[in-house]
Amino acid sequence: MLTTRVIPCLDVRDGRIVKGVRFQSLRDAGDPASRAEAYEQTGADEIVMLDVSATNEGRATAVRTVREIRRALSIPLTVGGGIRSIDDAARLLDAGADKVSVNSAAVRDPDLITRLADRFGRQCVVLAIDAARQDAAGATGYTVLTRSGTTPEPLDPLAWAAEGQSRGAGEILLTSFDRDGTGDGYDLDLLALIASSVEIPVIASGGARNAQHLADAVRVGADAVLAASIFHGGLTTPDAIKRELADLGLRVRREEPANDAAEECVA
Amino acid sequence: MVSNLETDAILTNDPGAARDVYIVRTGSANLASVAAALERIGATPILTSDPADVLLADRLVLPGVGSFGAAMSELTQRGLVSVLRERLSIGRSTLGICLGLQLLARASEESPGVTGLSVIDAVVRRLPTAPALRVPQMGWNLTEPRHSCRTLAGGYAYFANSYALPEIPKGWRGSTFAHGESNPVAAIEQGDGDRLVVATQFHPELSGRWGLDLIRRWVIGRPTVEAREHEGIDTHAEPIQRLAANAADASGVARC
Repeated sequence: MLTTRVIPCLDVRDGRIVKGVRFQSLRDAGDPASRAEAYEQTGADEIVMLDVSATNEGRATAVRTVREIRRALSIPLTVGGGIRSIDDAARLLDAGADKVSVNSAAVRDPDLITRLADRFGRQCVVLAIDAARQDAAGATGYTVLTRSGTTPEPLDPLAWAAEGQSRGAGEILLTSFDRDGTGDGYDLDLLALIASSVEIPVIASGGARNAQHLADAVRVGADAVLAASIFHGGLTTPDAIKRELADLGLRVRREEPANDAAEECVA
Repeated sequence: MVSNLETDAILTNDPGAARDVYIVRTGSANLASVAAALERIGATPILTSDPADVLLADRLVLPGVGSFGAAMSELTQRGLVSVLRERLSIGRSTLGICLGLQLLARASEESPGVTGLSVIDAVVRRLPTAPALRVPQMGWNLTEPRHSCRTLAGGYAYFANSYALPEIPKGWRGSTFAHGESNPVAAIEQGDGDRLVVATQFHPELSGRWGLDLIRRWVIGRPTVEAREHEGIDTHAEPIQRLAANAADASGVARC
């Protein structure tokens, strides 16, 4: 059976990893390619790189960064940030991304999801949804945010996830703006709401500090768990987290003891 | 008995992997990860859509993303269907990845009415959905060999698929994965050495060190350590096979 993916996230600006709280107060956290390689070696199942550059120069640098990461990496790489067109996506895929993630541009132009899925296949298209609790919001009490969390949209994340799926997204990367960088744990209400409403995989993001937080996300329906701060700070490694998840009863990919392999390939 | 650790070290440094490997370019397929994986094991990836390359290359990768129907129509437009069929019928070394496996079949539920390469007399089926079973399957699943295999070892592989072959076809060795109650095909293989056809539903190029080892075994044409020990081959005594550099003319062919 499929295992729960543990995904370190690299927020990258101008070729360097940065990390902030609620998308602000960014500070430098290292070189993307060497960090990605280290994460693969310590058990990461996949890497997500979000380009948070605000300038054209920054965007050009991101393509170079993707190329450098790909040279070092033998696990899947999802890249997001500033993708507005098929051409933007093609540049990143050619440089070595395996999937592209779209966010604000898809809210403005939902057909972008369809065009990307038609061109590259739905397994290649990740819909990133940033959501926040808002009292004035509709039935679910959540609203979608765009432009790095600065702009609330008149859009319910539940409806948006369903539309994204029907338009061809192969996966949803769901970030709680309220929890991002806080270490308070994922927003489980938000996760349960979305994960139970779609057939495609949902990646939990925003707020993880420990293995229990990750396990809680899986319990309410997440298929994968994304985290940044806990790995960048050297607090823990993907493999150490996965060992804890296994102890908590979750299925995770871990290196098998060397001698097991010899027994498996016999008719 | 040699430990896997020592044997892996031999494989890692094996100069036999320093070969040209052609990759079929089919329009929308993303080839960067396949090319990067080949480079990492010491091979030289060469992109091509030339029917002569596709027929004659010593090593050919048939990747594929998107739908069964769209990929068959690409192959048809580029005049690659008959050369691929011929190549596979004589068992020339080929590695099909993801949709590249499914295309070997006669048909797929994904694109009714479209005829595949028909190397395998089987129909590709949609993975069953259930409340706890996401489709597409995105992530790492355990693959288990059902035969004594040349290249296919047990271990975790990265999948991104909504369709799969329901069972290992007759005449092929293979491995399976668990999806709910069913055990669809993870990978199949046929032949040996320089005539080794391998097709994987998962992405070996994205399956970490384990996946790179599989690609390396295919390029070198050498069985897994497990299979060799099973057949009583002394993994210590076997000399490292040195293969002459392939001097194939790459003119007019885009390099990765």
